[in-house]
Amino acid sequence: MEKALALQMRGITKRFGSVVANDHVDLDVYRGEILAILGENGCGKTTLMNMISGIYFPDEGQIFVDGQEVVIRSPKDAFRHRIGMIHQHFKLVDLFTAGENIVLGVKEEGRYNLKSVNAAVTKLAEKYGFHLDPQKKIYDMSVSEKQTVEILKVLYRGADILILDEPTAVLTPQEISRLFDVLRRMKADGKSIIIITHKLNEVLEVSDRVAILRKGEHIATVNTSETNEAQLTEMMVGKKVDLEIDRTMPVNAAPRLMVKNLNLDDNEGLHVLKDISFTAYGGEILGIAGIAGSGQRELLESIAGLQPVKSGEIIFLNPKKDKPVTFFHKSMKRVKELGAQGAFHDGKMQPVSFDGMSTSAVRKWVESGDVLFKEDEIINLRDKTPLEIRGLGVRLSFVPEDRLGMGLVGSMGITDNMMLRSYRKGPAMFLDRKKPRALADEIIEELQVNTPGTNTPVRRLSGGNVQKVLVGREIAFTPKVLMAAYPVRGLDINSSYTIYNLLNKQKESGVAVIFVGEDLDVLLALCDRILVINSGAVTGVVDARTATKEEIGLLMTRTERKEDA
Amino acid sequence: MSQHTAENREPLVHLSKRPTIHPVKSALIRLAAIVLGLAVCGLVAFLLIEKIRENPGKIWDFYNAFIKGAFSTPRKFWKFLRSTAILLGIALALTPAFRMRFWNTGAEGQTLVGVLGAIAVSFYLGDKVPEGVLLMLMLLAAMLSGAVWGVIPALCKAKWNTNETLFTLMMNYVATFLVSYFLVIWVPNGSSSLPKMKYGKLPAIGGNDYLLPILVVLFLTIALYIYVNYSKHGYEINVVGESVRTAQYVGINVRKVIIRTMILSGMLCGLVGYLIAAGMDQTVTTNSVGGQGFTAIMVSWLGKFNPLFMILTSGLIQVLNQGAAQISQDFNVSGALPAVITGIILFFIIGCEFFINYELHFRGRHGRAQAKKEGVK
Repeated sequence: MEKALALQMRGITKRFGSVVANDHVDLDVYRGEILAILGENGCGKTTLMNMISGIYFPDEGQIFVDGQEVVIRSPKDAFRHRIGMIHQHFKLVDLFTAGENIVLGVKEEGRYNLKSVNAAVTKLAEKYGFHLDPQKKIYDMSVSEKQTVEILKVLYRGADILILDEPTAVLTPQEISRLFDVLRRMKADGKSIIIITHKLNEVLEVSDRVAILRKGEHIATVNTSETNEAQLTEMMVGKKVDLEIDRTMPVNAAPRLMVKNLNLDDNEGLHVLKDISFTAYGGEILGIAGIAGSGQRELLESIAGLQPVKSGEIIFLNPKKDKPVTFFHKSMKRVKELGAQGAFHDGKMQPVSFDGMSTSAVRKWVESGDVLFKEDEIINLRDKTPLEIRGLGVRLSFVPEDRLGMGLVGSMGITDNMMLRSYRKGPAMFLDRKKPRALADEIIEELQVNTPGTNTPVRRLSGGNVQKVLVGREIAFTPKVLMAAYPVRGLDINSSYTIYNLLNKQKESGVAVIFVGEDLDVLLALCDRILVINSGAVTGVVDARTATKEEIGLLMTRTERKEDA
Repeated sequence: MSQHTAENREPLVHLSKRPTIHPVKSALIRLAAIVLGLAVCGLVAFLLIEKIRENPGKIWDFYNAFIKGAFSTPRKFWKFLRSTAILLGIALALTPAFRMRFWNTGAEGQTLVGVLGAIAVSFYLGDKVPEGVLLMLMLLAAMLSGAVWGVIPALCKAKWNTNETLFTLMMNYVATFLVSYFLVIWVPNGSSSLPKMKYGKLPAIGGNDYLLPILVVLFLTIALYIYVNYSKHGYEINVVGESVRTAQYVGINVRKVIIRTMILSGMLCGLVGYLIAAGMDQTVTTNSVGGQGFTAIMVSWLGKFNPLFMILTSGLIQVLNQGAAQISQDFNVSGALPAVITGIILFFIIGCEFFINYELHFRGRHGRAQAKKEGVK
């Protein structure tokens, strides 16, 4: 390659506690190129970029800019070396104008003159083909305009190496193509652009080279023109690993939870969930796969009653016991018709036949309350609070992603955490800690939770033990639906298997298990069916016994729904 | 490039949060802080108090005055107990709100309206109803006033998510001016100094005027300890304080808990206001609470929101206060100097919490070396 090296990384390593986020990563970036960094969630893309832009300090390794070794301790240092990062979450002052935000924190000679700044910003914007009014306030701006401000902010500071973290995640297709035009123009101007993404089509469209990261390691860097979707997916997800999780065939699977055309907007009006529909069956594990942030969390929280949805239905189906037939909701004619179809039975489970009976005799029999039928309980969980859902007798358990921030109270011991769901029971003003303590002991014993005692704050326990406590509590309430979001994230192998076994046991006892996962090997080995979502929309449902990793990987990165068989 | 070398180094000191700390270690840090604080106080005293500068041996009298202030005579001791009780009472009232991470800085105002409510009842009904009934009505009025003062910011927080710290703080000024307003009405001569009420005085137990308020606060301490640790309400408060998201996840109505807890917090402030009105002052001024509503914030914090620990912290602060007064008297210095000395000691006591929560790593010694060690493992 005839182009000059702009940035080199050699042996960059970063650890967070015992987790290795980046493991001896080597990477080169040239002048005048667009380099895409591709990888699944949690593979260390953002961590790596944060070290170049001065947010984190690497534990080991060297960074070279233009061949000179540099030490980057702060974003200021990064700017000194002409490196600028555009973060996924914008860092702008809402009440300021675009121009004010751009000049904020820049030390310039002479007096502060907003007019000349605005003129310079406009000129800069025109040069690269942006449209921006520097006097517009941030709070009046669309997401795409805010992103423009962020990019100009970096350019204004003279950055030659621009890092964009998931720049397309919040944009519409039109905005994306406009952004790509701008990126190409900057490239022609000799800038180096690093774009973090997990959308394959965009990688292929805009980048010159692709660097693939997997589990903190740099797998390879390839020229975009010499690769294709299938090859990239394979490098991204890796070869299939056999996990040997015992998986039984679902027995008597019956629909338990139906989600129909669910739509949800976030505070900023972005569509987080788009027309999601699926059915979860009792006795099966339904996996949900997708790049993190595709709406998994919001989906589960909507079902649990923690997010007010915009439209759609969340139906809980509960085959009920016998109910007496009444004329209140069934006319005489209808009762006779249904009776002829054999819909009713009496107290001894004998089928009821109205054959040859007079109307008054039928009426008398029905009014006596001895004619029974099976009524399925259908409860719409939409717009219900978690408490109302429990009040309706819907046993819905939820293991949230944020274990200590949502599922448990970190400063409390196991006993007090056991009470979270049940402490209300009974009229007494005071807490009854006897049963929760017994439950805590039981969970510690059965799941082999490693803890100094039932009153040790759960925050002090290791990740695996925290998760055992949370899952243990949620299972203790004999749920009909069990939702678990990333239940094995950060857990070691043994704890992970404990959790898999627990979920499998729940499935075998007829619970509808919904498992949101990130590791495709686990999803394929544990689940019966896998629902794939991308950007809040369902892109496919696959049979976990026959699907391949590549197939799911493609669905995860595809934007249109692929009609599945 | 000379700056090159300076900037190409690891930061000199960096901080990390301690996951846990051994109780002995934290006790040692606290002890060291107090010793250091006293030493700095001695230095300040040496520099600023003439008598000590002339005769450095008097420095021991200076330290001794701290003890003398609260314990040298029975009267001082009882006064110490009573003022501790009042301070502790307000701190207790704040505790449920603080455990909920609702930063109620309005105890001063909530207590003051309690005093005002009680005195108002005594002013208007004093000669019309029997003493026992009057005392009950005063109690109700005081608690109701405090509750109203406490619930207004809570309602606004629950409805519009207003900032409770500023809101409760502002309510203090409203309370002060409300008292001024009534004093203008009640005191025709314009002196704003309301004479002591003839009616509505808490009975002395065994001839001791101080005992009843002390017993009430002692009872309150135990009751509150039970409330926050063993009641369902207390449990909800803890959950909401620790994580609003967890509270929502298990279906706790967060707004309801905030409002209910602030009614309680305000009501208890009102109760302490009643103790001040009926048990001590028998009158109301804009300074009836005298800043104890603010000191109580510190008492509750230092006591880690645990009612039993707060007995110690409120006692400590009153020892300092009375010791400071003693110094002012013994060394014939202005009242400002003892206040400076109390401030220095509190600065050290509060400041040492930082070293209990965080650990310092110096360049080279721990940072990278430790990271490498972990890496090898």
